[in-house]
Amino acid sequence: MESTSLIAETASRLLRHHCDPQTLNSFAGDDWQGPAWAALEVAGLPLAWVPEDLGGAGVSLEDGFGLLSLAGRYAVPLPLAETLLAGWLLARGEIAVPAGMLTCAPTRRGDKLRLAREGTLSGRLRAVPFAKAAKHLAVLAEREDGRGSVIALIELATARVADGRSIAGDALNTVSLEAVHPIVTRDAPDGLDGESLLAMGAAARAMQMSGALAAVLDIAVAYANERVAFERPIAKFQAVQHNLARLAGEAAAAMAVAGSAANAIATALAAPRGRLPLAARGFDDALFLEVAAAKIRVGEAAGVGAGIAHQVLGAIGFTREHVLHRFTQRLWAWRDDFDNESAWAVRLGTLIAARGSEGLWPLLASR
Amino acid sequence: MSSALTFDPIRLPPECDRLREEVRAFLDEEIAAGTYDPQEPGNDHGFSPAFSRKVGAKGWIGMTWPKQYGGHERSFLERYVVTEEFRVANAPVRLHFVADRQSGPVLLKYANERIKQDVLPRICRGEVCFAIGMSEPGSGSDLFAASTRASKTKGGWHINGTKVWTSNAHHADYLIGLFRTSPATKDNRRHGLTQFVVDMKTPGITVNPIYQMTGQHDFNEVVFQDAFMPDDHVLGEVDGAWKQATSELAYERSGPERFLETFYVLQELVRVLGTNPDLRGAEGLGRLVAQVHALRRMSVSVAGMLHAGKEPVVEAAIVKDVGTIWEQALPHRARELAAFVEEGASNRATFEEQLRFATLIAPKLTIQGGTTEILRGIIARGLGLR
Repeated sequence: MESTSLIAETASRLLRHHCDPQTLNSFAGDDWQGPAWAALEVAGLPLAWVPEDLGGAGVSLEDGFGLLSLAGRYAVPLPLAETLLAGWLLARGEIAVPAGMLTCAPTRRGDKLRLAREGTLSGRLRAVPFAKAAKHLAVLAEREDGRGSVIALIELATARVADGRSIAGDALNTVSLEAVHPIVTRDAPDGLDGESLLAMGAAARAMQMSGALAAVLDIAVAYANERVAFERPIAKFQAVQHNLARLAGEAAAAMAVAGSAANAIATALAAPRGRLPLAARGFDDALFLEVAAAKIRVGEAAGVGAGIAHQVLGAIGFTREHVLHRFTQRLWAWRDDFDNESAWAVRLGTLIAARGSEGLWPLLASR
Repeated sequence: MSSALTFDPIRLPPECDRLREEVRAFLDEEIAAGTYDPQEPGNDHGFSPAFSRKVGAKGWIGMTWPKQYGGHERSFLERYVVTEEFRVANAPVRLHFVADRQSGPVLLKYANERIKQDVLPRICRGEVCFAIGMSEPGSGSDLFAASTRASKTKGGWHINGTKVWTSNAHHADYLIGLFRTSPATKDNRRHGLTQFVVDMKTPGITVNPIYQMTGQHDFNEVVFQDAFMPDDHVLGEVDGAWKQATSELAYERSGPERFLETFYVLQELVRVLGTNPDLRGAEGLGRLVAQVHALRRMSVSVAGMLHAGKEPVVEAAIVKDVGTIWEQALPHRARELAAFVEEGASNRATFEEQLRFATLIAPKLTIQGGTTEILRGIIARGLGLR
């Protein structure tokens, strides 16, 4: 395991070199993807969350979340988060993790995979990010006989992957499985189910989005200081300053709430026999609040923040040539992954209502 | 630059949990004993000498100050816990709150030793009320336009002029005021102002009430007519108040009182919506709770940075900007979400009453202690835009 600063340093260097938004923006095709991914793999970043004995780099959850925030700062259009999540899931089932791009599912509440008695998987999975690009898919499925959840590794060539792209142009696919034979299936450990994966995915997206919002703020501030109109930099106009201050507030809220959720998850799982207590048994309201609030609040910040940045950059920010869209489009797209803020808000609101008025403040103040 | 904005995921240490239990038990007892009614956010308004003395006896005023001045040398995070529990319970802290949050720390840093020995222990006992004399008829957000004069005389200063919007002045034992001691200079318009601690019993000071649109009396006009301040009442450097004014603001701006002022509306909304709200109610509630959770995480994070000896001035301004906008919008959002709730909800009347009160006080939330516009200017400066 490397130290926090070393991982961040390595990742920064590689992302700067291989995923610079300006450079990627000038490429017509996807030829850059192979070398970029290979470089990340050599450094062990995609399998950061897989222990060394299962083929990964054995990086802490906290550092992995930090890596995702950094990737958000570059709006990395590679399945880095998805591979981290898939690796994490497979490792929870003690499944050795293959090299290459991975993705994971289900990413929507309500999507279910069934494991039949004979060991095959069936079901329809909506909105699986990068399924077209990845070689393998890590899934959580439910046994048909009701005897709990399993973690499985599937070769995507054995499934039907529909064409589809997110609003940012990244692959986003519906994956249909009809009696597919997984490569390997293991019982999910106690306390891990679809909610756990959704929570990890939501926290991962929240970290990416908070990083992207920080980058958007930097871009907008730098532009406002350069762009001259009415004989002075537009940064000198109070209306522009106040818009950028609001953007900073949204970026700050995203940073705080996403960082807190990531830390809460890392702490819960770092404990001896650590589990993510979001399955029906041992459900932890405070941890759910952290994750749900992060996805909701960061999603709201993404909408407001991207809007302000576009307003500040004017026409140039609306061009393909400028990098701003690489960030704002992913902010819009990532809002919907691992359930959008409306879905999380309904779940959170339902929980709060069920706890009752007297239970609200103790929950908020529990850590 | 944003890369410089920091909001570390700070967790309150275990000693805070124990303290929180103590504070809740104390508040439960006081409510049971009828000292105050937590359902009455407008009760005068939170001014209770008996309550403040009890809080002082508990050791919850001046918590972070040195023991030699009556303080308790506890951590800034422990103070945070007390502040938020009192705020959420609508505890009547008006007498000591400003002294505890702002005035005491200013005295600790800039007051003459004799005054510190005299005043600080009394603040800690919950006996003295402070007001802040900044705004004037011709000077609000633009503090450096202050024109109330302090003129040098033998052994002290004569103060002449008027301060306005001075909260608590009708209760206050002392006021920390900003007065003009020299004209501004050509290159520094902030030069020439001096901070004084003013004993409100000084002859030549008149306090006139200014009633608010809620019907409450909080604001005042404070008129100075040749009021004499001895030399040792000067705080810090003569003509140099501008160097002192900003450093304490991170404490003032980022506390839990900057987003929890209308929290009771959210609690009543949960009650009105019931245990099984419809989709609209559930989503609306979820979004509100996500917002308040995010604000608390931001605020606790700033508290942690202050605790670690950092000066997160921009982060603190952001907490107040985002926090006050949110707490101001809360009653309006709650009103919308409750629109289709049956008349029969058991707390409907309480909800309506609290909603009315919160709606009436909401406009002040983004004005007091630094307007939205001033805060955004500070944030813009921090971003490197000015």
